[in-house]
Amino acid sequence: MIKIEDLYKSFDGLEVLMGASFEVAKGEILALIGGSGHGKSVILKHVAGLIKPDRGRVYIDGKDISRLRSDELEQLRSRFGFLFQSGALFSSLTVFDNIAFPLREKTKWSEDQVKDKVLTVLDQVGLRGAEDRYPAQISGGMIKRTALARSLVRNPEIMLFDEPTTGLDPVIAHTILDLIKSIHKGLGFTGIIVSHELTRVFQIVQKVAMLHEGRILTVESPEEMLSSRDPVVHQFVTGSIEGPIQFR
Amino acid sequence: MVLVRKLGAVSILGLRRIGRMGLFLVKTFVYASTPPMKFSQILRQLHFIGLQSTLVIFLTGAFSGMVLGLQGYYTLNRFGSAALLGPMVALSLIRELGPVLSALMVTGRAGSAMTAEIGIMRISEQIDAIELMGINPFRYLIVPRLLAGIIALPLLTAIFDVVGIFGGYLVGGKLLGIGQGTYFGEMANYVDIKDILGGIYKSLSFGVLISWICSYKGYYAGFGAEGVSKATTQAVVLSSVLILFWDYIMTSALF
Repeated sequence: MIKIEDLYKSFDGLEVLMGASFEVAKGEILALIGGSGHGKSVILKHVAGLIKPDRGRVYIDGKDISRLRSDELEQLRSRFGFLFQSGALFSSLTVFDNIAFPLREKTKWSEDQVKDKVLTVLDQVGLRGAEDRYPAQISGGMIKRTALARSLVRNPEIMLFDEPTTGLDPVIAHTILDLIKSIHKGLGFTGIIVSHELTRVFQIVQKVAMLHEGRILTVESPEEMLSSRDPVVHQFVTGSIEGPIQFR
Repeated sequence: MVLVRKLGAVSILGLRRIGRMGLFLVKTFVYASTPPMKFSQILRQLHFIGLQSTLVIFLTGAFSGMVLGLQGYYTLNRFGSAALLGPMVALSLIRELGPVLSALMVTGRAGSAMTAEIGIMRISEQIDAIELMGINPFRYLIVPRLLAGIIALPLLTAIFDVVGIFGGYLVGGKLLGIGQGTYFGEMANYVDIKDILGGIYKSLSFGVLISWICSYKGYYAGFGAEGVSKATTQAVVLSSVLILFWDYIMTSALF
């Protein structure tokens, strides 16, 4: 369903991606792991068509998204949900209006239908009662859950999660990953999750891709990844200071 | 050789920026002339750019008219033409000061906020979020601001002109003793429809200019708070300079 082929991208002369390739099958969640600043979010933005590659291709259902017309891309994006690292909530809208936004803009639903759906999703993410608050009035965990609710409100076929648990306490982080797992069970979306919470994320994904020095080093199951003998993978998953990965 | 290379690089960068700004405007006009329209957003922007600027326009218009009344009276009185104070105030305001000062005030009040708002949306990934919902950010964010600017500026300019003319009368008529009939009667004799239309054309083009520059600078704001503050400053400075430059071009073409 998602195929990334030989992706190259540089910013102001700094090469971030140097031939990254991997595939995600329909209904599968892949964890994309790798050091900070190595280009994991850049890959997600390529998949969403927010960034154009310098070289290489991104295919969604066999279609090269860099060749789509803007209206075709708009249509394709209606099938996407994207959970941003920062939440990217609209600061001028309440929690309720943030979640209702894609429904009001992209469907012809009545306000009653919108209300029903938003309240259902709010229940799912445990935010019932916070619907009238603004993003500035809620905690980091609530922002992430609101953003998750907004990205899921239209039942997306493809979900991209950019560090969904960063900056959250362990309990909330666990709650959010559990939510993703249960919603995946219900919706069966295809997903990519960028995270450093390896232990918990490995419990909800089917495959793990390790990004290192601009390339995908390996794509394996979580179990294989944890027992890998590759020195880079081993150092990363064990969090060891000693090894081939250098600080930069 | 190094100098030539540097000059070339700067020129290419400058041309690229101008091209990008031009394409931004063309794209905005294309989306503005095709459905669907975000009417609720247009109304929201009209409220922000238009209605909320009324007080500042009222005050600026009043004081500009009053100063014109004072200065005009003393200058015209030297030549024994104080009776022409009305036409002088009206023509100065309708042809020049009304459109230009209104545009500069709107740039300072609404244009800067426009850049800051869009810039913050850019750096906090809200614009990316809009795109990923399958919503065209140009239609949602830029087109409403352009249309609101085009509608609001001529109306604000009209308010500025009317308030300014009455401000001029307050000083010239009530304080300095020019009769009401002389002030307004002479105005009717000297102010032509061409003058009024010229002022409207100017304010329309300033509406485009402010929305264009301020939205563009916000849309392509750099990183972090510094990027947004830089974009806001650039938007206000560039808009103000271009308003004055474009005013000269329009004046030489229209009158």
